[in-house]
Amino acid sequence: MKSGKIDYGDVQGLVRFGYKRMTQARYDLLRVKNATAARAWLRAAPVTTAVSMDPPPKTALQIAFTAPGLRALGLPESAIAGFSHEFRTGMATESRARQLGDVGSNAPEWWAWGGRSKEPHLVVMFFAEPGHFESLVEICTGAAWQEAFEPLVPPLGTADLDGIEPFGFVDGISQPQIDWEQSKKTSDPQLDYTNIAALGEFLLGYRNEYGKLTERPLLEPSAASEGLLAAADDSAKRDLGVNGTYLVMRQLQQDVRGFWEFVNGQSGGNPAEAAKLAAAMVGRTTGGDPLAPVRDEPIPGVDPQDAAANQFTFDQDPTGSRCPFGAHVRRANPRNADFPGRPANFLKKLIIMLGFGPRGFRDDLVSPVRFHRILRRGREYGVEPPPATPPTADPERGLHFICLNANISRQFEFLQNAWIANTKFSGLSGESDPLLGNRQTIPGCPVSSDFNIPAEGGLRRRVSGLPQFVTTRGGAYFFLPSIRALRYFAALGDG
Amino acid sequence: MTPQSSFMVLAPILPSCEGELRGLLASMNAAPGRVDVNNPLIPFAEFDTLHFARLIILDDTTTEDVRAHGLPVRIYPLYLAFLGDCDGDEDAFLREASTRAPDGLRAIFSCCDGFTSDADLVDWMKARRCPAIANYVNWRGRTVARIREEAALWDAISGLLASNVPSFQALSPPEIHAKLREFVQAETSAGRLKLSPESPTPFGGWMTDKLHLVGVPLLLLLFLPLLVVIAPIYILLLRRLEKTDPEICPTADQAYSDALSLIEDHDVTNQFSAMGSLKPGIVRLLTVIGVLGTVDYAARHIVRRGRLGRIRSIHFARWVFLDSGKRMIFFSNYDGSVESYMDEFINKTGFGLNMSFSNGIGYPRTNWLVRDGCLDERKYKEYLRRHTLPTQVWYKAYPGLTAVDLERNTRLRDGVERSSLTGQELREWVALL
Repeated sequence: MKSGKIDYGDVQGLVRFGYKRMTQARYDLLRVKNATAARAWLRAAPVTTAVSMDPPPKTALQIAFTAPGLRALGLPESAIAGFSHEFRTGMATESRARQLGDVGSNAPEWWAWGGRSKEPHLVVMFFAEPGHFESLVEICTGAAWQEAFEPLVPPLGTADLDGIEPFGFVDGISQPQIDWEQSKKTSDPQLDYTNIAALGEFLLGYRNEYGKLTERPLLEPSAASEGLLAAADDSAKRDLGVNGTYLVMRQLQQDVRGFWEFVNGQSGGNPAEAAKLAAAMVGRTTGGDPLAPVRDEPIPGVDPQDAAANQFTFDQDPTGSRCPFGAHVRRANPRNADFPGRPANFLKKLIIMLGFGPRGFRDDLVSPVRFHRILRRGREYGVEPPPATPPTADPERGLHFICLNANISRQFEFLQNAWIANTKFSGLSGESDPLLGNRQTIPGCPVSSDFNIPAEGGLRRRVSGLPQFVTTRGGAYFFLPSIRALRYFAALGDG
Repeated sequence: MTPQSSFMVLAPILPSCEGELRGLLASMNAAPGRVDVNNPLIPFAEFDTLHFARLIILDDTTTEDVRAHGLPVRIYPLYLAFLGDCDGDEDAFLREASTRAPDGLRAIFSCCDGFTSDADLVDWMKARRCPAIANYVNWRGRTVARIREEAALWDAISGLLASNVPSFQALSPPEIHAKLREFVQAETSAGRLKLSPESPTPFGGWMTDKLHLVGVPLLLLLFLPLLVVIAPIYILLLRRLEKTDPEICPTADQAYSDALSLIEDHDVTNQFSAMGSLKPGIVRLLTVIGVLGTVDYAARHIVRRGRLGRIRSIHFARWVFLDSGKRMIFFSNYDGSVESYMDEFINKTGFGLNMSFSNGIGYPRTNWLVRDGCLDERKYKEYLRRHTLPTQVWYKAYPGLTAVDLERNTRLRDGVERSSLTGQELREWVALL
């Protein structure tokens, strides 16, 4: 089994680029009205690849499909069955909603889109530098588009908040670095946190952190599938998944006014105290500086220029007195390794494996993070917030959360379930993510709305009664196909 | 110390009564996956010594996998299993069950083969006992009563701290410790809190335990010369099997998997039941007996309390042989979602998973018994999902509490009961609060 060298020309650009300079973006959630017309539109669509261009393109177009969308295009069930369980059943099933914290006001029944009755077939994403947006949309949404699709909801607009998310924090600071060269040795236990992630974590058809290829649809060779690459693990089959990945999209409405009112209320109106509390909840200041101490040794995959923002783990803060255990960034990326305490030899590893390692209450509670990374590609929507004062009028705003991962259940869902929504994360109790938590109770746990700030050598500060600041307004799982797979979809039904 | 014991009653279901039994079991739930603890058939809430219990129909959908080894497919009866984990003696629990829920148990067991209306419930259940080959208890000696007392202690202290923030924050750790000790003493004298001392270990249990502790290694020592002689042959044979045994890890049926999901994640803890046929032959049988015997011995005498290897999220677990070693079933009560449970196992105790489960037909290929196997994560997860059984009724005595919560409460109590703590101990203890 040998995964080949990456062909960037076969990968949609979003996997490699965030298109930061393309400050204008729009996501169109569509349903296929006419499959023939939809396939014809796909054939002509100028989808942007991951090839690095000089000068860089001014616009980008990306396309991803839900399972019902692939069905609507005519992809047979036998091929759809090759995709993962999560993708096939969707984000909004009752069980999955419970796991993801989509209950109460987050429940799919209230969503603006997604779920049983409002499932999109595909999302078309337009990105452009200022001055190029209208022409891109115009080129793409002509008569063929009108004939092919009907909009599920009005296009989801995005706002250019200059790297600041609506609550007022610098966003998108930490991202995994993809090992495009596939040089990472994944089979050895990792004793140190690394920010480098195996290509197979973010792209199907390549080795993941287990050194394996994630399941994906492999097709019997035929005239139709001729354009697809041969599967790396089964050369007799054609790989519909390779160079594609899964795209998770969630519309997260943020109650900016509620957030700052709460934070200010807890701080007796003292702006410095309010900023401190807000930073404790996030784990970074509004400017993006981490609360955990930055260390001297570099971290693989963290740019030395970026050291002040990202050269840290939580090993230097075992008591949580710098960055609380429950802070958003500590939940979202615990920055740990495969073993606690860096065992130097096999015997020490064995001692830990057999359960005779460190015996502190919080030691070794959190799963190794390298199996649970996501690549975030979301964009804000709504108006720019004033940093620390509650706005008087509060129009809807938030985040069109988008992340890419090759294994939705092990990456996005695990992170959302076991780390973000979990009221028992890292030995905590009675609190979920201070930003994203739904504050819902579960049997035997009457409270999930606390937030605890440990203090060195003293009593922790407990903040109680956190309101819900973020509400899920929609969501779906998409497949972001390779260019070859797109062509294959576009040719379905021919002949 | 009051030791915990596990019970399991196993009886074939009368084919004509399967529908009725399923109806009865469903009637014990308030909603799918949520038991009604006061249900009239078995009012679990009335039992003071029961940690976990479940009633499950052992509907193994993978019996045809033996074909891959060239074996004929056997038709097994559909079994009902009633199992649980309790404080003290197993027989005492069965007696209590038959006095607290005689009508309910009779109604349930009347759907099983061999039950007559004049049967003595306790005798009937004892005759159908199905002991585990390996058992794991998260914290030996911690009773339901103690768990509840310690949870009340945590709640009381949390409440006190929450309503007296400024006065406590001004205190140094030794002062906090002293003040909380005073508070707990006052609360216990007023009868609002109770921290019962550990009961003495029953002599019989203590004796059996010590005999087991010494006896098993002695027995091994006795057979050591034999083991040394057969070891090379055994290893050769096992290596050959490892390289040729077929893998059966197709994608689990979506509807089947969805039905399992519906009864998961209603509490912070979940039930898990997985069943399958064992690989044929003496080599595999010896392997599974050796591995699970070791697990059982280690769980009983060696592992640190609160841990199974690096895993701290399992309350109780057991491995049981069925049909004279032809099939095996694994039961556990674990914290978190099934996905996080599997990931935790793969990433932290993959070698243990491989050793104990790779003797099941279809398991992803292992290498030297401990390597690979479940590290083919997708295959392993599909394998396990396909072998997972829906649990019809599941009870937990302390909803909302994880094993780590229980450990925190125990650590809290230990600190309260000690008149002084050293610097490091004190810092760690205050950090719990």
